[in-house]
Amino acid sequence: MGLLDQRFENGNVFITSLDGLLNWARLSSLWQMQFGLACCAIEMMAASASNFDIMRFGVIPRATPRQVDVMFVAGTVTIKMASRIKRLYDQMSEPRYVISMGSCANCGGPYWEHGYHVLKGVDRVIPVDVYIPGCPPRPEALLEGIMKLQEKVRKESMIRKRA
Amino acid sequence: MIQPPTLPTNYTVKPGQIKTSTGKTIRTEEMIINMGPQHPSTHGVLRLEIVVDGEIIVDCIPHIGYLHRCFEKHCEQMTNYQQVIPYADRMDYCSAMTNEWAFALAAERLLKIEVPERVEYIRVIMAELQRIASHLIAVGTYGIDSGAFTPFLYTFIDREKILDLFEMTCGARLLYNYIWIGGLSHDLPPKFIEQTKEFVAYFRPRVKMLNDLLSYNEIFVKRTANVGVLPREVAINYAVSGPQLRGSGVNWDLRRDDPFVIDHKLDWQPQVGKGEVGTVGDCWDRHIVRMREMEQSLNMIEQALAGLPEGNVKAAIPKRIRPEKDAEIYVRTEASRGELGYYIISDGTASPFRVKARGPAFVNLSVLPEIVRGGLIADLVLTAGSIDIVLGEVDR
Amino acid sequence: MTAQEIFDVLKAKFGDALPEEKLSAAGGSAAAGFSLQVWITIAPGRTKEICSFLRDDSEMQFDTLSCLSGVDYNNGTFGVVYHLSSMVQKHKIVLKAFCTKEHPHIQSVSSVWGTANWHEREVFDLFGVIIDEHPDLRRILLPDDWEGNPLRKDYKVQEFYHGMKVPY
Ligand code: SF4
Repeated sequence: MGLLDQRFENGNVFITSLDGLLNWARLSSLWQMQFGLACCAIEMMAASASNFDIMRFGVIPRATPRQVDVMFVAGTVTIKMASRIKRLYDQMSEPRYVISMGSCANCGGPYWEHGYHVLKGVDRVIPVDVYIPGCPPRPEALLEGIMKLQEKVRKESMIRKRA
Repeated sequence: MIQPPTLPTNYTVKPGQIKTSTGKTIRTEEMIINMGPQHPSTHGVLRLEIVVDGEIIVDCIPHIGYLHRCFEKHCEQMTNYQQVIPYADRMDYCSAMTNEWAFALAAERLLKIEVPERVEYIRVIMAELQRIASHLIAVGTYGIDSGAFTPFLYTFIDREKILDLFEMTCGARLLYNYIWIGGLSHDLPPKFIEQTKEFVAYFRPRVKMLNDLLSYNEIFVKRTANVGVLPREVAINYAVSGPQLRGSGVNWDLRRDDPFVIDHKLDWQPQVGKGEVGTVGDCWDRHIVRMREMEQSLNMIEQALAGLPEGNVKAAIPKRIRPEKDAEIYVRTEASRGELGYYIISDGTASPFRVKARGPAFVNLSVLPEIVRGGLIADLVLTAGSIDIVLGEVDR
Repeated sequence: MTAQEIFDVLKAKFGDALPEEKLSAAGGSAAAGFSLQVWITIAPGRTKEICSFLRDDSEMQFDTLSCLSGVDYNNGTFGVVYHLSSMVQKHKIVLKAFCTKEHPHIQSVSSVWGTANWHEREVFDLFGVIIDEHPDLRRILLPDDWEGNPLRKDYKVQEFYHGMKVPY
């Protein structure tokens, strides 16, 4: 906040579109649903720990789907888990985003061929906004994914009616 | 003769009834609570169905399989034994090195090949580094379970240092595919030995700091002492292994008692829970065993580094590995969480006929209902956390 | 004790429950002593009896069931393999019980070792071997309404599960 304080200390006027303001607010506090599925979740944890510090992006893990904006599907989605993921997604409030982290969540990853109990891609049950490839993706890749999502949020409009 | 366990009850209220101040007994009712598979403190996708009476747990039924990734089917479908190693990595993803080591060892025994001595030493160094990294996750997340967030941040700083060492060795941070059947994928990089020595010197005081921060913290001790007591007999009857078994006061470590590698040549002692702050086998004992094992691993790494011989890092093995027809073997090793065993049956072709992975977390988790019954619901998270499960290995 | 001695004791005590005349071995012969693994075949209906003896006898003291695995031998036979070890006596032994595909029944040992409970549920889940006298025989890894037993060699994966496509 230091940046804003110094520049606008004399009560300057700030002109932007309402959309821009709303989007800026939204993209700087993308709250994340705290839940990990498999190996990728460990990298997600590493990303939220000291060295990578995901909270600089305003990504704060929350335990309940009602309070979150974005769900990281980090890991292998099995068929037993798929219906739960769908339900959690349905419980999130709009606007909601999904980041699919790791090859497993993208397309089944190493389990695509013989994994009889693995869902081949989480996009078969819920819509996905950003795909992060890798097995596991490095924490930096996750951060990049968040930045990609922020770009997407920046271009959206909350005011105009969606088609 | 092992008697059926009598469970410790630390709480005076009997399920089914409570006494009011006027001396009347009131009947209470049971309630079923579902916990998971999406829950921040189940360490993955574990689902627990808990029957509670007031605050007291009457029964707890774990439901697993939310991460069943068909490991055993994959082993049968692979066209080569070597291809199984990446899948073995992904079983216990917090401790990938020990997993691939166990599988490589089983396949080597099946083929009756000896690996060069240098390989054995490097494997020990890697496995012990991995053990520290894995215990650091366990300790950090256990801190979160008990309400302390700060240790998590510290443990992950230290873990990243180990991951840097792994990264310079094989390029990967989490899943390595470094230990191959018959040796290693390649030799240690230059400077690895110095940097590992630096890490050992750096980490020793950090263990003490973590102990001060968490293990001997008054609140933490109050939360974990006398909670979730796993008696020795129950532990053995349930084939519990690893820090959980040693936390119950059983002096048993496969590295010493069923030696599979040079570990028995090094000078070390298994760490056993003694019930310093409460009962033997409570959550605190399991936690402190992990903390002390980290120090032990540092000693082992130092000794292995000192004794590291020169030589080749690959044994001469055939390009296509074909064990004899109908050969079979069960090899058990001490992974970070306990006894990790692979039972391999070969049918003479290049792919295994059947592989069964005996994951320590799977077995350790099965004892959970026994130890939480009769406890408070607030202690369930702490008890489940002290088992240190990794769902990838529970469900495979 | 060596495997041969354990076999002799069992033969004397449960003669009719051991279908094989001698110790079986894989990868070499049992007598020569360089085999990878030797095992004792036991009758599928008598596992509990034999295992309780092995656990309680003061010479044996097999207090841990290390591993319990199901196997489909691809010739109409299923097997359950028990890897026992003793922390006190420091010896190990392997037991095997076989059953046919038409009559896949094996007695449970979960009253002997608590750890067998989940292992046996896994065998039931993945192989469809029915474990008699098991306290809680349900699928453990797969959903309850899954079709088929995946680790059987003739398993065909189902096309859809609750509207989700299963194969790639
Ligand atoms: S993509 Fe790789 S690292 Fe991620 S969950 Fe799948 S197997 Fe694990």
